Amino acid sequence: MGKRPRFLLSMEVECEPYLTSDHRLMLEKSQEVMIGISFLMKALGVKRAVVGIENNKPDAIKKLSELAPEFPGIEIAALKVKYPQGAEKQLIKAITGREVPSQKLPIEVGCVVNNVGTAFAVYEAIQKNKPLIDRVVTVTGKSISKPSNLLVRIGTPIDSLIQHAGGLPGDTGKIISGGPMMGKALNSTDVPVVKGTSGILILPETESARLKVQNCIRCARCVSVCPMGLEPYLLERVVVANELEMAENNRIMDCMECGCCHYTCPSARPLLDYLRLGKSKVGHIIRTRVNN
Amino acid sequence: MQLLTVSGSPHLHATQPVHKIMWGVVIALIPAMLVSFWYFGLGAIEVTLVAVLACTLTEYLIARFVLKVEPSLRDGSAVITGLLLAFNVPSSIPWWQLVIGAIFAIAVAKMSFGGLGKNPFNPALAGRVFMLISFPVDMTTWPVPVVNRLVLTDAVTGPTSLGIVKEGIKNGESLTQLASQIPSYMDMFVGGIGGSLGEVSALAILIGGIYMLWKRIITWHIPVSYLLTVLAFTGILWLIDPGIYIDPVFHLLAGGLMLGAVFMATDMATSPMTYSGMLVYGVGCGVLTVLIRVWGAYPEGVSFAILIMNAVTPLINKGFKPKRFGEVIAQ
Repeated sequence: MGKRPRFLLSMEVECEPYLTSDHRLMLEKSQEVMIGISFLMKALGVKRAVVGIENNKPDAIKKLSELAPEFPGIEIAALKVKYPQGAEKQLIKAITGREVPSQKLPIEVGCVVNNVGTAFAVYEAIQKNKPLIDRVVTVTGKSISKPSNLLVRIGTPIDSLIQHAGGLPGDTGKIISGGPMMGKALNSTDVPVVKGTSGILILPETESARLKVQNCIRCARCVSVCPMGLEPYLLERVVVANELEMAENNRIMDCMECGCCHYTCPSARPLLDYLRLGKSKVGHIIRTRVNN
Repeated sequence: MQLLTVSGSPHLHATQPVHKIMWGVVIALIPAMLVSFWYFGLGAIEVTLVAVLACTLTEYLIARFVLKVEPSLRDGSAVITGLLLAFNVPSSIPWWQLVIGAIFAIAVAKMSFGGLGKNPFNPALAGRVFMLISFPVDMTTWPVPVVNRLVLTDAVTGPTSLGIVKEGIKNGESLTQLASQIPSYMDMFVGGIGGSLGEVSALAILIGGIYMLWKRIITWHIPVSYLLTVLAFTGILWLIDPGIYIDPVFHLLAGGLMLGAVFMATDMATSPMTYSGMLVYGVGCGVLTVLIRVWGAYPEGVSFAILIMNAVTPLINKGFKPKRFGEVIAQ
């Protein structure tokens, strides 16, 4: 308790590949975003805010750097392109070099992380008295005829967004709400946009099905890519064996489900599925323990 | 509207599946294979073919008729085992001995543990050591390169450079007396020294290693720590007494060290899972290799060193965890 934030980090790093809604917002509403960040700084009582932008978006870095001198305390930091850098703990590490302790919140190291969309919404709420009734959604995919970023009302059916982007392609196999790494696959387009809908990604049939699973060849790729320093190959095995204590000791609850292990696995093992299963079981045990 | 696929994230997948990794290793083995064909001729071609065929056939038969699963020869791992086994034997080895070694490598060292990725020991090395114990004479008779190109057996033989040093020291000769018998370092680096197929050229092995690093099949940790340890350990011994202990460059180029460090120790299934663990494993391999070479009963210690470290790998995996995010709170 009593921890005061010293930093505000604004997450202008796009969370995932394919999504460009934050990027467009930064370019088209840069002034508004910067004002929104200033409001957030005042509300938090911090003197310094850092806007992290990946350096594959030089236009956004240039535009915000031009604006930055008008806003005291706001700095622009160019970051290496790397997934999952949009995750708050990784962003804090990239900008400040601090590591948020396991199972703790960013405030532990004096940081508050916010998204560019949040900064824009704060600006609109304060300057325009406008509640959060709309947001920018990316609609994209290899076969989509008009990939677009659309400013839509919350509650708009996803179907009408897809129609606006040129209609559902014939080879559609999977529709994802969110990005390709962490998004949720939808079973219907008859769902509304909610405030967390960052994008709609349409994958062709050829990329939809999972690959054939083979034996683990112990190549250690899952270990070397894990941003949290876990051992997904080991966690998979202990979850299958229901060795939940061992899963907890090997920090399964630190997993943020970024999907890197699953993505990189040459044997196409569904590592993240097992990790999720283990997390829900271990989480249940931890909660029971607290109640006693 | 058609049915949509629904599955958990992630929805994308990397493009280096198992069979691409394995065939990548096969490609990396080609330079060394061609060099061995050049120096040992027909014998080397015969040995390579027999080993690869015996390994793939054993794997096929066991998968099909014993385990009753779909044989997965497409992944190429049996071909690698065959090639590596061939690299570890002299070109004059009788074909039936090689077949027995191949059956041991695949049936006992690999398939009985569950097949691809589940073997605790490197199958090719297990097969090689099995042959060394079963057929000690044929496994240590080394045909001289170049002159034996057109013969399959009854080759003109000679000792390996490690054998010369080991025998000489044992008989009380000094290194200066032995110097005339040891091949030049240039020969040892490029090729043309007596030994098993894969030992003939350090250069060809290094080319394969660089290819695997470039394709990101292996990382530098194991080969570099292994070679540097051998270099440092033998260097210290050499500085203590250059009369008894031969210089480190000789150790680096002689015998199966390059082959072991680049292709054997880096076997994914039998090496540790973290970078720190890989460094420990490499250092362990290096120390054991030198111990066996200098003070052991055998002139060469690479196979034994790697197999011993294979056995230690589960322990290394327990003791050397990756650096957990959030473990150290930076101030």
